[in-house]
Amino acid sequence: MKDYTFYIASAYGFAALVVVAAIAKITLDYRALRRKLARFDNKEQNR
Amino acid sequence: MLKYANPTNFLALAARLIPWLAGAAALALAVGLYLTFFVAPDDYQQGASVKIMYLHVPAAWLGMMCYMVMTSAALGTLVWRHPLADAAQKAAAPLGAAFTLVCLVTGSLWGKPMWGTWWVWDARLTSVLVLFLIYLGLIGLWQTIEEPAQAARAAAILTLVGVVNIPIIKFSVDWWNTLHQSASVFRLGGPAIAPSMLWPLLIMALGFTLLFFTLHLMAIRNEILSRRLRRLSITAAAAEDPEVAGEVFS
Repeated sequence: MKDYTFYIASAYGFAALVVVAAIAKITLDYRALRRKLARFDNKEQNR
Repeated sequence: MLKYANPTNFLALAARLIPWLAGAAALALAVGLYLTFFVAPDDYQQGASVKIMYLHVPAAWLGMMCYMVMTSAALGTLVWRHPLADAAQKAAAPLGAAFTLVCLVTGSLWGKPMWGTWWVWDARLTSVLVLFLIYLGLIGLWQTIEEPAQAARAAAILTLVGVVNIPIIKFSVDWWNTLHQSASVFRLGGPAIAPSMLWPLLIMALGFTLLFFTLHLMAIRNEILSRRLRRLSITAAAAEDPEVAGEVFS
C-alpha cells in the first residue's frame, strides 16, 4: 500500500474535490435562483 | 409519465426524490469505500494501486452513460420537442464532463506507477479525451447561442453526431492494439475479475450512478427555475417598456 499511497490519495482526493465542487455549484445556483424568484414574487405582491 | 412533462409536476417529483436518491448514493458510496479499503484484496501484480480501479472504472462508465442520457434527451428535443428534454440534456453536460475528467485524471494516476507514464496516445485514452472535449464543446455551445430554442437544436444535433464516439471508446481496446487493458467486467464469457474485487466495484458503480441521478435531478430543477426567471424578466421588461418587449419578442 505504502508504495502507491501518493497515487491512491491523489486519485481519491481529486475525485472528492470534483464531487464536492459539483454539489456546491448546483446547491448555490439553486439558492440564488430561489432568491431571485422570491424577489419577483414580492414585487408582484407589492403592485 | 406524460404528467411529469409539465415542469411544475416535475419540480414536485424532484423535491420528493432528491433526498432519497442522495441518501441512497451516500450509503452506497460509504459501503463501497469500506469494501474498497478494508475488504477487497490487493492485486497480485498491481498491488494496492488497484484501489484506484474502484474510482476510475465507475467514473468511466458514468462518463459514457451520461452521454447516452444526453443522446436520449437530444432525440426528445429534435423528434418530440419534449419541454424537459432540452433542460435534461443541458443539465447533464457538466456532470458528464466532471465524471470524464475524474476518469482521465485517475487513469493517469494509475497509469504512472503501472505503465511508467502519465499518458499515452492509445485509442482508449484518446477516445475518452475526445469525449471530454465533446462535453466542453456542448457546454460552450449553450453559452454561445443566446436564443434557447436555437441552442437546444444545435446542441441536440452535435450530441447525436458525437454519439459515434461511445462505441469507439467501448471497442477501442478490441479494435486496436492498446496499452489500456481489455474489458474485464462487461465481456462475453462473464467477468474476468475475482468476486472479492467485483462486488466492491459494482457497489461503487451503484453509488456513482445514484450520485449522478441525484445531481442530474438537481441540475434539471435549476434549469427549469432559470428559464422561469428568464421568462419573468422578459415579461417585467415588457410591462415597463413595451418597445423593449417588441424587440425581445420580434
